[in-house]
Amino acid sequence: MDTVHNISVSLQSGDYERVSAFTKQALEKNIPPKEILDRGLISGMNIVGEKYKTHEIFLPDVLLAAKAMYAGMDILKPLFIEEGIPTMSTVVIGSVQGDLHDIGKNLVGIMLKGAGFEVIDLGNNVAPEKFIETAKTHHASVIAMSALLTTTMPVMKRVVELLRRERLKGKIKTIIGGAPVTEAFAREIGADAYGYDSAHAVDAVKRLVGRT
Amino acid sequence: MREIIEIPLDKVKPHRTDVLRTQGVTPGKDTSHNVEKPLRKAIELFLEYAHPVGVLGDIPLPQFEDVYKGDGKNETSTPLDEIFKKAEALALFAVTIGEEISQKISQLFKKNELVLGSMLDGAASVGVDNTADFIENHFLTMLIKRGAATSATAVLRYSPGYCGWHMSGQKKLFTYLKPEDIGISLLDSFLMRPLKSISGVLIAGPREIHVFEDSYPFCAECKTHSCRERIEALFKESRYNNRV
Ligand code: B1M
Repeated sequence: MDTVHNISVSLQSGDYERVSAFTKQALEKNIPPKEILDRGLISGMNIVGEKYKTHEIFLPDVLLAAKAMYAGMDILKPLFIEEGIPTMSTVVIGSVQGDLHDIGKNLVGIMLKGAGFEVIDLGNNVAPEKFIETAKTHHASVIAMSALLTTTMPVMKRVVELLRRERLKGKIKTIIGGAPVTEAFAREIGADAYGYDSAHAVDAVKRLVGRT
Repeated sequence: MREIIEIPLDKVKPHRTDVLRTQGVTPGKDTSHNVEKPLRKAIELFLEYAHPVGVLGDIPLPQFEDVYKGDGKNETSTPLDEIFKKAEALALFAVTIGEEISQKISQLFKKNELVLGSMLDGAASVGVDNTADFIENHFLTMLIKRGAATSATAVLRYSPGYCGWHMSGQKKLFTYLKPEDIGISLLDSFLMRPLKSISGVLIAGPREIHVFEDSYPFCAECKTHSCRERIEALFKESRYNNRV
């Protein structure tokens, strides 16, 4: 088995120590970091994502794999920056103002990182202006918003309206999700996508940035 | 009567099956070491970081009618609107397991302890639900002691944000009950802080009053339909009989 394949396999079993060791080994063999990322880490995480969607594995397995993915990314990231290799699109994520729920948002962020996106997590209780400012500063392609209560869902609409006002709608795409959020609500407020759960959110963000 | 109740941790300790369910793990399935270890650790951390406490206050029907109406944002027809009018006794309640456990969960996520963080979040959600169950039982025991419950009496809880009772109902509930005394505050968005808190009304009466069909217009949007299990459970065991 080649080293990059070993990375993917170790990642799928959540063995972060082996992922870290094989990533170092691959670099020693002069395998380009981009290839290690795509064929090792992301490809392993894609398999994990698919198995999760079809209920072959459970959430803890996905989270272990994500931790392993981060172990590999920690080694690769400085090299990307050093060599000026552009990473994936950036996603700004947060739970909207008034909402302190963040487990669902965390899971979506973890899965997006696993899919290779650069994720800026603003935490919870995030004001609409903060989403937009951060997205502008970091040249993000997507703003991802989570709400667990009907009373905080209107904040999502405010973000979409602000983007429209700043003529950024279309340039910065939006995806929304959370227990009371529906596809119909996403359409109603003009959000670009809706994610039923973390796995579907990743698919939707990939579609938004044309990475399907 | 209004009472603040410190709840012993062992009474609300989350059961492993319930925690696993929050992680999407099917009960009865063999769990790997990857799941078992963090599961055990999460329950240990729960016992270290959870501080279960509740407040309970009797409320006469006319006053509850006012609390229930809240800001007038409820759905026009709701199961609770029918049920509370048939109640033999009503009490408002709020419970929490405190802020410390939520801070621990955030810390774990920040340190990339993702499995344990998620598992502890699940354990905390189960634990606060158990805390509300404890208060439900406590109210029934109180009624029995007062001679105000019969073997046909059942106590069930209903919360703002469920089954057509608008979240804004919590404002009046808070004014009446003052859960601030046990460290719970209400944000403008009607979210309670600490996050792992539950508020609502306890309704005591003949079991049958709690039965309703899940065919209200808003039921179509409900993702859990957990009311079915709750109603079913009422007819499976008599908590009253267990006590006398
Ligand atoms: C950007 O793109 C995306 C895409 C997808 C996205 C996304 C963003 N963000 C999330 N997703 C999606 O992907 C994630 C992963 O798959 C998912 O994220 P979630 O965050 O949904 O999922 C988590 C991983 C696990 N899920 C959860 O943690 C929430 C599950 C449900 C059952 C739930 C739970 C467990 C709890 N709750 Co409560 N709770 C409910 C929930 C009903 C439901 N079916 O979801 C909900 C959210 N709660 C509700 C209510 C009303 C309340 N809760 C309360 C309390 C609680 C518990 C403490 C018992 C417990 C813990 C809550 C917590 N998260 O810490 C109260 C509020 C607490 C507070 N602090 O104020 C209280 C107000 C009840 C009360 N009066 O006491 C309802 C809100 C309804 C509304 N009208 O807004 C509710 C929808 C239940 C219902 N009625 O069906 C998806 O939603």
